[in-house]
Amino acid sequence: MSILVVAEHDNDSIKPPTLVGVAAAAAIGGDIEVLVAGAGCAAAGEAAAKIAGVSKVLVADNAAYEHFLAENIAALVAEIGGNYSHILTVTTTSGKNYMPRVAALLDVAQISDISGVVSEDTFERPIYAGNAIATVQSSDAIKVITVRGTAFDPVAAEGGSATVENLDIVKDLGISKWDKADIVKLERPELTSASIIISGGRGMQNGENFALLESVADKLGAAIGASRAAVDAGFVPNDMQVGQTGKIVAPDLYIAVGISGAIQHLAGMKDSKVIVAINKDEDAPIFQVADYGLVADLFKAVPELDSML
Amino acid sequence: MKVLVTAKRVVDYNVNVRVLSDNSGVDLNNVKMSVNPFDEIAIEEAVRLKEAGTADEVVVVSIGPASAAEQIRTALALGADRGILVETDEDVQPLGIAKVLKAIVEKEAPGLVITGKQAIDGDNSQTGQMLAALTGMPQATFASEVVINDGSATVTREIDGGLETITVNLPAVITTDLRLNEPRYASLPNIMKAKKKPMDKYTPADLGVDVTPRVKTLKVTPPPERQAGIIVESVEQLVDKLKNEAKVIS
Ligand SMILES: Cc1cc2nc3c(=O)[nH]c(=O)nc-3n(C[C@H](O)[C@H](O)[C@H](O)COP(=O)(O)OP(=O)(O)OC[C@H]3O[C@@H](n4cnc5c(N)ncnc54)[C@H](O)[C@@H]3O)c2cc1C
Ligand SMILES: Nc1ncnc2c1ncn2[C@@H]1O[C@H](COP(=O)(O)O)[C@@H](O)[C@H]1O
Repeated sequence: MSILVVAEHDNDSIKPPTLVGVAAAAAIGGDIEVLVAGAGCAAAGEAAAKIAGVSKVLVADNAAYEHFLAENIAALVAEIGGNYSHILTVTTTSGKNYMPRVAALLDVAQISDISGVVSEDTFERPIYAGNAIATVQSSDAIKVITVRGTAFDPVAAEGGSATVENLDIVKDLGISKWDKADIVKLERPELTSASIIISGGRGMQNGENFALLESVADKLGAAIGASRAAVDAGFVPNDMQVGQTGKIVAPDLYIAVGISGAIQHLAGMKDSKVIVAINKDEDAPIFQVADYGLVADLFKAVPELDSML
Repeated sequence: MKVLVTAKRVVDYNVNVRVLSDNSGVDLNNVKMSVNPFDEIAIEEAVRLKEAGTADEVVVVSIGPASAAEQIRTALALGADRGILVETDEDVQPLGIAKVLKAIVEKEAPGLVITGKQAIDGDNSQTGQMLAALTGMPQATFASEVVINDGSATVTREIDGGLETITVNLPAVITTDLRLNEPRYASLPNIMKAKKKPMDKYTPADLGVDVTPRVKTLKVTPPPERQAGIIVESVEQLVDKLKNEAKVIS
């Protein structure tokens, strides 16, 4: 059995989700190969060769793959995909974009967002916003899978010594074109890899008030998240949304401030180790999942917390 | 331009679903069913394109049991012109749905297909991308803004880290994210009018599509239960607990 993990990278280095993808591949068991596709991505290919447990790295370095357009990437992965028993990547917006396209090109199902490996053809995955866990078995010859980023401990980025092979397969379908990206500059840890997260909801009232959370976050080395209501109201950018349709996080400590605890929000954070809720409504559903609840006005409690850290 | 939109019948997003005690699935008896929230956004976008004169017809498709006609009626009340129900009692998976939709695309030849980014029951987020692959169309997933040009669409996409803008040739498949628009409510007169709008019915077999599942659900279990913790009296006590009991801050 050979497993292909499609890497996420920035041309120079490998991004953390890739290490989770390799961990899931290791849980399935078999020979693990990593595909690094991009333009000018040789350094990322070298970095991938160092990942623990990887036996071979395939580098597809071509302008066609520069912006990871789904049409081109899926055509590439599908072309080489027939050689593998499993094709994996992590459930990021990028993986979610091209991987179902790969599956359809190969005429196989995709198993989305697995949270556990039972055997080489049987997997666990959350459904209904995490209110149920399905154990599913695939009868396809090639299993195309996306992996929940919080469900497996990343493998070590160093320690491996894989061979590197260049692929000169060029798939440039020419039916889509990348125009631009507006990437939010991060001054803090990324949500999906932070060990502490403090999130604000509609109770924050406006974007300026997020400064209260920023000050606490700076002291704790925390990332800042938000509920959908806070994003929709324009307090903070969409990238900060935690939940069923935002980011799935599982830090050691999650502090929810002015968030009611809708099912869709809980879906994104209820696997956190310790949950703290600060809310002025003692009946807010967030208290049902919180290890430590504080019924208080956030505009008093958060500055107080800040001063005690 | 004809726009094809999809509307899945799903458990209403406000329902807290329960796993059946025999672990065969979740309890769908007497629970409220609705149009998948992302599909409401897809319908709204299509109707706005029609109102702007960019689209001339909006056709809504649902694949599901006979009762999915209700969700088609909802879409018709929101402004879609015509419905197509592909009736099946089978729990068709995304690849099967995409194959059915491909058959509909071949019949209808739409200039644009808009689906939701994810159905909130299975949380798969696959169907639009698979349809695009099967029909050879480009895709623009997780859209938060759509601009139709001459022969192409420029779409702003929600991605990890922020936003990305791409341009795809038409016909294309677009999948909707939450912030694309705010769906309207259907007015009573429009609900009445919707009853008279045409709805075609097929089965997957009529369309020559094999929807046999490739993935079998062996069991469905509740997630690990999280015990409610304690209510602390003060910020001071909270900090003390986090430092000395949970040991998550120092
Ligand atoms: C298809 C779909 C997908 C969704 N996906 C997501 C998702 O991914 N993530 C997500 O978060 N939501 C999602 N939602 C939205 C979700 O249903 C809720 O609407 C949302 O989470 C509510 O956000 P909130 O808790 O900030 O706001 P509210 O529910 O309005 O709660 C605000 C809370 O703040 C408290 N508060 C107000 N003032 C203060 C104060 N001064 N001090 C202390 N507490 C205060 C209030 O008591 C209240 O509990 C989704 C919805 C749908 C339909
Ligand atoms: N049975 C169905 N009927 C109509 N549309 C569907 C169906 N299943 C999925 N879709 C569409 O595909 C989108 C993504 O679904 P999924 O891939 O299941 O998460 C949904 O938001 C719908 O727009």
